[in-house]
Amino acid sequence: MVPVDQYLWLSLALFTIGVIGVLTRRNVIIILMSIELILNAVNINLVAFSHMFGSVDGQVFAIFVITDAAAEAAVGLGIILAFFRNRETLLADEMDMLKW
Amino acid sequence: MVLNSILFYFFSALAVVSAILMVTRRNVVHGAVYLITTLLATAGVFLLLQAEFLFIVQVILYVGGIMVLFIFVIMLVNLDVSLLQYQFNRQRFVAAVLALALGAQIFLAIKMGQNSLFPTARVPDISPKNTEAVADALFGRFMLPFEIASILLLVAMIGAVVMAKRRV
Repeated sequence: MVPVDQYLWLSLALFTIGVIGVLTRRNVIIILMSIELILNAVNINLVAFSHMFGSVDGQVFAIFVITDAAAEAAVGLGIILAFFRNRETLLADEMDMLKW
Repeated sequence: MVLNSILFYFFSALAVVSAILMVTRRNVVHGAVYLITTLLATAGVFLLLQAEFLFIVQVILYVGGIMVLFIFVIMLVNLDVSLLQYQFNRQRFVAAVLALALGAQIFLAIKMGQNSLFPTARVPDISPKNTEAVADALFGRFMLPFEIASILLLVAMIGAVVMAKRRV
């Protein structure tokens, strides 16, 4: 029986790595994948607490989080495709058309 | 029970190591493959937590759906140029330090609440019919959020089609 706080440490590690990825990388696809990693870390927490309390509510919330991740990936990748078609770049610091 | 712990630490180490490799590799395809490894290791953790339905959802939807979408988009945009570019932005050191500070804050929060937050008494296991219990909750108490999630997926689908269209 693994204690619940072990799952929280795992989730914390994945979350921090995801935040580092979002803040330091230039490639938009890697940034989107890091966001997926963050959402995944949240899911581990939800399922661990669901196990701890003996109820499935946390798992239902994890399903909603996965739904959000799918929607975000679909729209985000559509935006990336449209942007790449117009500007021929994938780097986040070159996406500055709204900046002055 | 010892096997349970060994499997948990194995899956955790696999998830963390491949997550680190994902954010540090230059090649985007390698990053995607490492992210798939992380997601599969997480699916193993879900299985250890007796969430069988979520395990299957993770494998089919995340690994089989979302990551295939990612790899398709990586194939559509050209990779050769981005291999030669520098992959980290200018504020990377400040950003990494700030992210680690955020991690340290959460670490302290868990550490301080560790004794009071987690009951030491053993709670009864979730019923062995995990999928049935999830379905009961999803179509019973969580009916309205479930329908809202389906509308969200419809909106995302229309949005993705409009975004990826050649002429708007």
